Amino acid sequence: MDLTTFLIQCLNAFQYGLLLFLVASGLTLIFGIMGVINLAHGSFYMIGAYLAYALAPVVASAIGGGFFATLLVGVVLSVVFGYLLEWAFYSYLYERDHLQQVLMTYGLILVFEELRSLLVGDNVYSVEIPQVLAGSIPLSEVMTYPTYRLFVSAICLVLVGAMFWVFARTRLGMMIRAGASNREMVQSLGIDISFLYRVVFAAGFALAAFAGMVAAPVSTVYPGMGGEVLIICFVVVVIGGIGSIQGALVAALLIGFVDTFGKVLVPGAAGVMVYLAMALILLWKPDGLFKAG
Amino acid sequence: MDKSKGIFVALVFMALALYPFVGGGGYGIDIVTKIMIYAILALSLELLVGTTGLVCFGQAAFFGIGAYAAVLFSGEQGAASILWLLPASMLAAAVYALAVGALSLRTRGVYFIMVTLAFAQMAYFVVHDTPLGGGTDGIYLYFRPTLGEKLKFDEPLVMYLFSLGTLVFVFGFLTVLLNSRFGRALAGIRVNEQRMRGTGFTTYPYKLAAFVISGGLAGLGGALFAIKDGFVNPELMSWHLSGAALMMIILGGLGHLRGALIGAFAFLLLQEFFKAEAIFGEFAKHWHLGMGIVIIAAVAVLPRGLVGLPEVLRKRLAGSGGGESRIGGLKSAQGGAK
Amino acid sequence: MANDVLLRGKDITRRWGGLVAVNKVSIELERNCVHAVIGTNGAGKSTLINLLSGEIPLSDGSVELLGKDVTGWTQPKRARAGLGRSYQRNTIFPSFSVFENCRLAAQAKHQKGWAWWERADRCSVSTDSARDAAHRAGLDKLMDRTAGMISHGQKRQLEIAMCLATDPKVLLLDEPLAGMGAEETERMLAMLDELRPDHAILLVEHDMDAVFRVANQITVMVNGTVIARGDPDFIRNSPEVRVAYLGEGH
Repeated sequence: MDLTTFLIQCLNAFQYGLLLFLVASGLTLIFGIMGVINLAHGSFYMIGAYLAYALAPVVASAIGGGFFATLLVGVVLSVVFGYLLEWAFYSYLYERDHLQQVLMTYGLILVFEELRSLLVGDNVYSVEIPQVLAGSIPLSEVMTYPTYRLFVSAICLVLVGAMFWVFARTRLGMMIRAGASNREMVQSLGIDISFLYRVVFAAGFALAAFAGMVAAPVSTVYPGMGGEVLIICFVVVVIGGIGSIQGALVAALLIGFVDTFGKVLVPGAAGVMVYLAMALILLWKPDGLFKAG
Repeated sequence: MDKSKGIFVALVFMALALYPFVGGGGYGIDIVTKIMIYAILALSLELLVGTTGLVCFGQAAFFGIGAYAAVLFSGEQGAASILWLLPASMLAAAVYALAVGALSLRTRGVYFIMVTLAFAQMAYFVVHDTPLGGGTDGIYLYFRPTLGEKLKFDEPLVMYLFSLGTLVFVFGFLTVLLNSRFGRALAGIRVNEQRMRGTGFTTYPYKLAAFVISGGLAGLGGALFAIKDGFVNPELMSWHLSGAALMMIILGGLGHLRGALIGAFAFLLLQEFFKAEAIFGEFAKHWHLGMGIVIIAAVAVLPRGLVGLPEVLRKRLAGSGGGESRIGGLKSAQGGAK
Repeated sequence: MANDVLLRGKDITRRWGGLVAVNKVSIELERNCVHAVIGTNGAGKSTLINLLSGEIPLSDGSVELLGKDVTGWTQPKRARAGLGRSYQRNTIFPSFSVFENCRLAAQAKHQKGWAWWERADRCSVSTDSARDAAHRAGLDKLMDRTAGMISHGQKRQLEIAMCLATDPKVLLLDEPLAGMGAEETERMLAMLDELRPDHAILLVEHDMDAVFRVANQITVMVNGTVIARGDPDFIRNSPEVRVAYLGEGH
């Protein structure tokens, strides 16, 4: 592998890792704070991707369109939808046994997948890359790198920075951190716990949906994309340590690199690499890399 | 298990034995055979989840390894005898379970769920990506095995009755096992492992033994599945099947062997129902929607699964208390007699 | 009867990060002797029991059981060698019958051969010890009741019965009287008197009247260290103990 190829793969790995983090961060917080194993989290990502596809013509006819306008509308919609979903279903799950949560959220996956099939169909669709970002940046005389992928990495980085700022500097962030390490404590502090839950859930939903939206032009949108992301994100959450945002970031980047380079270096066993990495890490550290609390 | 429950299970098995002779058509026999095989898978998982409290999210790997072993051991030369083929397939799955269990039992809780998933995914990709398992296309079974001269497993009726026999055997075996000292120790581990250790039980060998037995039984189910279909592919090891097996036992009601049985039938019959074009016409291809809604409803009204249904009905008829408190009350009584 | 030492802890220390929960505590438990450990909440009493029983590993020090160094042994191995403990919170198996709770505990002693085909309740070795233990704890009449449904005091008795079913030589009892009424307390104290001749008993307890009545020896802990030790009269009259614990606390 020459240096330029290596660089390209690194960029790919980085971008993939950041996208995974956006999905996994919500998953880890929902588990850490509310104690809910949310199997439907992959569906949120899928919903985002399909929103990017389905909203584009609607937004275009309403306000003249544009990828970024679609993105904005999609984020607003998903925050609202996440908020409603928490109110309608998830708020009943907090006191339940983990396996009951698994059963209910599995039911939700089925419902979301079929609604998707009913509303949009089962075909594979592509989403257009916005004009401004459609080009490529030269890396050497023959190699180039698509601008859009760089954009994805950049916007993810901005979001990661914003998230860490919220956690470190705001009152909301303080409550979330406290909740992830010790749920009982937050309840005893007199914080409006159901509001905190609703905010975290809506944010988690929106982050996953946003990841789906920005990934859509690169990955295309297809049935089953939610399931793939779900399993990989669970791997990320568990490697990072449940409830730990830093852990999720490190683990997401790690998985991004293992997966990307696994496909290049050992194409025959690419699928195994991620799980092998996870098994090894958990045998070394049975509670993940960064245990919360 | 008290008397009425024992009678219930006996009646179910008798009804299954009579079914092919009283109006079960070819299609029905095929479906019920399939369900009975999945019920074996669900029972094997119940030993881990419901009895020992180990939530394994990779049960399909054992099922799949049993299935692949049955096909690979059969060879291309002629029909094998089922008398060695099934034990050999079970052994293959059990050996794999021994390796996976020895490692993954170092972790706990959600981490355990994910490690078992990770090992199952590895097995999936090994058959998916290597020539050993024929890749995504899978492999065919050249000759279905036989039992003596007469019984050939190409015949659906033979397959049906043999699957039923195996299911009854597995159910009986687990019933005896759970009432033994070993089974009681597993139940103790589920309730309070720390207390068991304080009392003097080294719990690891118990959990590992449960894991290996469970893997072997799932492998038995997988081998039957391969013989029935005459074909295996990597989907048998996918996390979707592991998930479905979990859904079956949760839906049926954890902590009860008959829950696994009821859950497998309910889950798969519901699937058949929502898939039926005669009822739903065009809409039948969206059968997942119906399944999803039923599952969500089941969580809402049946926190103990279907085995808790008679109790819920009894209380509702008696008309005591409000809905939520009643469900809460049932939950605290969970994990009673087997 | 000779008062031989059955359990000996030497310089037992447990650190959590920078915090020292138990600091160089040495303790000897003799047969025919109830040794009470008292102290304010957070003094490290329960941690001491956890360390002696092997539930959490020592940071420093050693534990000797019946003359053998068991510092490196796991908790189950120590338990099988004759070290029984009860828990502060009820840790009975609520869905099992009272008898089955005792039987399961008794089974720990005889684990060889799982005999999976034999019904557990027909296994005479474990059922006999279970009946015996339940009898000694005064639970004969409750054998078939579901353990989760009996009264709080009965649950504490069952906790002790499960301990006895494993036929221990040393008993570490973590607040066996917690939440008990006067009558139940009397019953429990009588039981301790009965057990005393054959066992070495460590008793962690907050009920001071009970402690001064039943204990032969008392150790007072404050902030993870031992500040006084002696017979009940000595402790009652010790000015240090009054200042550190008994005086202000009551």
